[in-house]
Amino acid sequence: MAVCAKKRPPEEERRARANDREYNEKFQYASNCIKTSKYNILTFLPVNLFEQFQEVANTYFLFLLILQLIPQISSLSWFTTIVPLVLVLTITAVKDATDDYFRHKSDNQVNNRQSQVLINGILQQEQWMNVCVGDIIKLENNQFVAADLLLLSSSEPHGLCYIETAELDGETNMKVRQAIPVTSELGDISKLAKFDGEVICEPPNNKLDKFSGTLYWKENKFPLSNQNMLLRGCVLRNTEWCFGLVIFAGPDTKLMQNSGRTKFKRTSIDRLMNTLVLWIFGFLVCMGVILAIGNAIWEHEVGMRFQVYLPWDEAVDSAFFSGFLSFWSYIIILNTVVPISLYVSVEVIRLGHSYFINWDKKMFCMKKRTPAEARTTTLNEELGQVEYIFSDKTGTLTQNIMVFNKCSINGHSYGDVFDVLGHKAELGERPEPVDFSFNPLADKKFLFWDPSLLEAVKIGDPHTHEFFRLLSLCHTVMSEEKNEGELYYKAQSPDEGALVTAARNFGFVFRSRTPKTITVHEMGTAITYQLLAILDFNNIRKRMSVIVRNPEGKIRLYCKGADTILLDRLHHSTQELLNTTMDHLNEYAGEGLRTLVLAYKDLDEEYYEEWAERRLQASLAQDSREDRLASIYEEESLWYFQLLGATAIEDKLQQGVPETIALLTLANIKIWVLTGDKQETAVNIGYSCKMLTDDMTEVFIVTGHTVLEVREELRKAREKMMDSSRSVGNGFTYQDKLSSSKLTSVLEAVAGEYALVINGHSLAHALEADMELEFLETACACKAVICCRVTPLQKAQVVELVKKYKKAVTLAIGDGANDVSMIKTAHIGVGISGQEGIQAVLASDYSFSQFKFLQRLLLVHGRWSYLRMCKFLCYFFYKNFAFTMVHFWFGFFCGFSAQTVYDQYFITLYNIVYTSLPVLAMGVFDQDVPEQRSMEYPKLYEPGQLNLLFNKREFFICIAQGIYTSVLMFFIPYGVFADATRDDGTQLADYQSFAVTVATSLVIVVSVQIGLDTGYWTAINHFFIWGSLAVYFAILFAMHSNGLFDMFPNQFRFVGNAQNTLAQPTVWLTIVLTTVVCIMPVVAFRFLRLNLKPDLSDTVRYTQLVRKKQKAQHRCMRRVGRTGSRRSGYAFSHQEGFGELIMSGKNMRLSSLALSSFTTRSSSSWIESLRRKKSDSASSPSGGADKPLKG
Amino acid sequence: MAMNYNAKDEVDGGPPCAPGGTAKTRRPDNTAFKQQRLPAWQPILTAGTVLPIFFIIGLIFIPIGIGIFVTSNNIREIEIDYTGTEPSSPCNKCLSPDVTPCFCTINFTLEKSFEGNVFMYYGLSNFYQNHRRYVKSRDDSQLNGDSSALLNPSKECEPYRRNEDKPIAPCGAIANSMFNGIAWWTDKNVKFRNPPGGDNLEERFKGTTKPVNWLKPVYMLDSDPDNNGFINEDFIVWMRTAALPTFRKLYRLIERKSDLHPTLPAGRYSLNVTYNYPVHYFDGRKRMILSTISWMGGKNPFLGIAYIAVGSISFLLGVVLLVINHKYRNSSNTADITI
Repeated sequence: MAVCAKKRPPEEERRARANDREYNEKFQYASNCIKTSKYNILTFLPVNLFEQFQEVANTYFLFLLILQLIPQISSLSWFTTIVPLVLVLTITAVKDATDDYFRHKSDNQVNNRQSQVLINGILQQEQWMNVCVGDIIKLENNQFVAADLLLLSSSEPHGLCYIETAELDGETNMKVRQAIPVTSELGDISKLAKFDGEVICEPPNNKLDKFSGTLYWKENKFPLSNQNMLLRGCVLRNTEWCFGLVIFAGPDTKLMQNSGRTKFKRTSIDRLMNTLVLWIFGFLVCMGVILAIGNAIWEHEVGMRFQVYLPWDEAVDSAFFSGFLSFWSYIIILNTVVPISLYVSVEVIRLGHSYFINWDKKMFCMKKRTPAEARTTTLNEELGQVEYIFSDKTGTLTQNIMVFNKCSINGHSYGDVFDVLGHKAELGERPEPVDFSFNPLADKKFLFWDPSLLEAVKIGDPHTHEFFRLLSLCHTVMSEEKNEGELYYKAQSPDEGALVTAARNFGFVFRSRTPKTITVHEMGTAITYQLLAILDFNNIRKRMSVIVRNPEGKIRLYCKGADTILLDRLHHSTQELLNTTMDHLNEYAGEGLRTLVLAYKDLDEEYYEEWAERRLQASLAQDSREDRLASIYEEESLWYFQLLGATAIEDKLQQGVPETIALLTLANIKIWVLTGDKQETAVNIGYSCKMLTDDMTEVFIVTGHTVLEVREELRKAREKMMDSSRSVGNGFTYQDKLSSSKLTSVLEAVAGEYALVINGHSLAHALEADMELEFLETACACKAVICCRVTPLQKAQVVELVKKYKKAVTLAIGDGANDVSMIKTAHIGVGISGQEGIQAVLASDYSFSQFKFLQRLLLVHGRWSYLRMCKFLCYFFYKNFAFTMVHFWFGFFCGFSAQTVYDQYFITLYNIVYTSLPVLAMGVFDQDVPEQRSMEYPKLYEPGQLNLLFNKREFFICIAQGIYTSVLMFFIPYGVFADATRDDGTQLADYQSFAVTVATSLVIVVSVQIGLDTGYWTAINHFFIWGSLAVYFAILFAMHSNGLFDMFPNQFRFVGNAQNTLAQPTVWLTIVLTTVVCIMPVVAFRFLRLNLKPDLSDTVRYTQLVRKKQKAQHRCMRRVGRTGSRRSGYAFSHQEGFGELIMSGKNMRLSSLALSSFTTRSSSSWIESLRRKKSDSASSPSGGADKPLKG
Repeated sequence: MAMNYNAKDEVDGGPPCAPGGTAKTRRPDNTAFKQQRLPAWQPILTAGTVLPIFFIIGLIFIPIGIGIFVTSNNIREIEIDYTGTEPSSPCNKCLSPDVTPCFCTINFTLEKSFEGNVFMYYGLSNFYQNHRRYVKSRDDSQLNGDSSALLNPSKECEPYRRNEDKPIAPCGAIANSMFNGIAWWTDKNVKFRNPPGGDNLEERFKGTTKPVNWLKPVYMLDSDPDNNGFINEDFIVWMRTAALPTFRKLYRLIERKSDLHPTLPAGRYSLNVTYNYPVHYFDGRKRMILSTISWMGGKNPFLGIAYIAVGSISFLLGVVLLVINHKYRNSSNTADITI
């Protein structure tokens, strides 16, 4: 591949002239070639080695290796260190090389993509990497944008084009970009080839929503904004073609500027391990110092006089210096307490766990054909320690699919499903859906289960007809009809899409619209309504209305909106209907459905004319236009509406969300929902997924706009919680505990269930430095926390806040690019895969396609990973202390001369061959309770959160056990060997026999210990444990064989030792004795603990043993109707602004408009207005900026 | 450290559920291994398994211990210290370096007769044969009869590598400090070999010199050619370094002549010592030990006592655990799992 751009000095501003490569080359801008790979063939070895030796552990072992090369110090041969070190370096290097190879491949793939570039007046196919700043390129529908472009012109009117930005920001709705008017005329190649405008703009940066620059062309200046830019990573949609001028290329594009280096995440076990390793180093130094002092004293007292037989080394002139050398010698032989294999084994175990996650059939989504994926292999055990989950809402908890579920029309509720016997049917036992075959325009995918509604429509019930007429008229949906009868709705929010589709299936088909008309097929007949006004939706009004004139000439206002707003504005004559509808609304809200109330009002001609006139005046006003319009619209509320009914839309949850949340809550995991959605929508989802329940004592809603308001609201919430906990009467006084640090503990003991809902703008204040602690305390005392209207940055800040003060493991789960920051910030980031945007998945550590898999990831995989890792670490430290500390005791009997107890080959192989595989097998395969049990007893998850299985205390216990073993391991053979002779009368206590005896007992003791620790003996465990013992003896006899000695007499000095020593009954009696004495207390202790203080997992295991088949507890999460306080189920994910776009006609295609069936019939006024707008773009609201400025 | 952007991302960004053949392979296999459902034995420490183990260990260990203890007690052993540091000792005179050669005689009495083969050991105390620098100070190639190593010993032998410009055979501190045993078969036949060459051992060791402290060269250790040079058993036994600073090495075997008479009947004996190995500088002790042996070797009270003790503790622990288990069993068995 081509070599990508080199480093350049930072730019002050960017200049790019269209179609002038020579001019642009002066600035040496980065080419469009991207490079994410790190090495090439030549640089791989040095760079990779350099990186690897930046790891402290590797450098430490290199240092040891150098020490060993000094003959006066060397207490071990060099290969005991170099073999494992080279092994580790090689494995890491191979892994790095493969990763980089794939990066090279993907770089090549991207760089070699084709795009059409205008060169010398001709469109030519070019590879992406050859695209330069200043080139004009042509994009076609559904193509990826190759670089950051300035949109010049497109196939659509006004130079509009639609893009999808899912890759960039995760928002799946389409966005509109518009060329500036002067360039939007440049439709054909010849004109474009002559275009020589120059853009001067900001230097490359990572702000996705900001751009400022100026186009200089034909002596004029034109301001440019983000509205004119197409960014790399976007996809062109619904636009046949467009032309763009390359402004930023390759690494300068906003996408690449945003893809920073991912932060390397470490688990808490990692951090603990590093601390412990440091402690062990400290311990090692202490041991070294003790032995060095011992050596100095010994050399002074004994060694000096022993020089007759053993003179000092030439370099050694004093006992002190000898002690100094002995210190380093002991550092070398005692370094095996932290062998390099620890790090490798931990990585291998984590890799194994990651594969188990990838392989898990139960986390595979059939529908999307996506398996779960552990994208980071180093975090698995932390999955077993999660305390806080931060979840996105849309796409994570919900499917972002709205389903028209129920409705109430004129006091009659439709949509409940009844089975044959007339009982309300539960999910899964539904009868056939309603047959919509009478309606050729029906959407096949729409399902409804209550046939009575269709009957009501068919018999012509006027209320029902009016109800659906409203739904087919009052919206901002655009329709597209490619072939006759094939209708596609482009809805700005899925709620609206669901409502319009429902009306469509019940025979009120919204067919097409123009800026001034709406055509609806009502029960087969096409009726065109004149659209007089759209009173668009906004958050304050919480409703939208349309005013239409029907073919008979009557003017009617249709309105849909929040119950809280609309019910106050109803006509008094409908009190009874109102009450019934309210009951229905309550019922819907209780089921977690999103409700809207529908109403209408007839207007008389004069009143409307007068109102329309005032509205026109207001809209033409130069100052405070918005406010004036708002007050005109507000007048609407004085017109008392006639109630039609209510709709209930189900925001379809992902499968199994309420169950998962319930289970995770039982496992003591706190779930916070952080969503960009509105408060109502978020609260609604909170109820439907059972995070919020009506059993909760109170749901605090914080919506303050100022610091003081927010502080006050938080304070009130805390006071309420404390009041109630005091009234419950635990008897403790809390007055003196009001200081903020102690407050937490008080609040955590709060009685009663509370929930907190906080708005984005309040959150901004709550996250300020002086209030964050207050906010955190309040939030943590609540069972559920919902933050709505939060920005991606705030999501990350909330996670950061919890991380900072709570010392708890956090997990963030989301699907969109807006969740990326949160996913990256949390200890563990989970991405929902199989969605359209994959930014979240790319930033995540784990990905799967369904929220419900989270319970399995945490409660099964996470729990096991944590358990396995803890057991592994305990055993690993134990076995190495048992192994190494023997040298320490021996030091007292060999003149502190750093003589090893074991053969050097045993030291080399102990950690990598004799004891590595059984503990690895345990670390990979061990299970304490079967997976079903961890789901049944979520409390089994608690030890992980409380960090019970491996902490400093557990570590000291392991160390103590290791030291205890080492003491016995040395002193029992010492006791036996002191005066012993063999059965043939010769000396038994020679060094080599002693070494073999201690080594053999050690291998047997640690093998028995791993057998005790292994809770789940698969065939692999058996194979490894027995195999390791067999391999030990095989290697022992091989190393001590005549053949090897004959070849290398100085390397294999232990010749004949194994058969001579292991033939002695005394030796075997010693080994048995040592094993029993080492293991007996452990068994007794564990048995006692099991008997007196069993863990939950022990009890579960035990019960399972007793009752092999325990009846599975069935968990049924039924949707129970809610009783009690009234709550609005209103929620609508709609944004303001589309009404105006429709009325302006800007987003309507000339071509599709010309084709639409009614053009012949309807008046041509809309065409004229459109033409007028086209010629005089200054009249459009955004047009003001397009005016050419005098340059 | 990877940049979180690559080509695949853009390609995959298309349809959410790409249908096709590749998707099928992404489905995890339903194997017991991959689904973590491997059949497994899940042992639990229950009273039914643990308690019997304690009792069985107790019941096995105690008899073994008694057996070892009795056997060990039946072994006759006598130790005579002839370091000569006490003024009353006949060897006291040899402590002065001036008296060479120095002979001394120590009288001792055997209260009971020694039956069977009697082994005579020399014992050294406070002698650090296990010192790191001592242990490595030898050249096994040379001792194995390698000609090049004979004339050019390993550096490990320093400072006993060369003397007067001639290589030392056998080199190193171990050989140099040789105290005047019966060697292992592997040692004598595999590990130690005289250098190759003619019949004359002196010829074969030509070009080498004796260790500094030795009185005679290595080829004059014994008159028997099969017990001379590097394969001299006394030499081999010495070269097998001891694990602990106090050790004994086999010197001679007094074979039992007939079944009727004890090998060494009770009575008065005297030990003639040619004193040429000073150890008192570093507080060392020299001993002569006479001992009979059993199936498990020489006298070894530690092992028997340890077995009895461990067996008893195991049995006691079994009883204690049984009581505890009996007392608390109800609570643990009926304990309902509380969520």
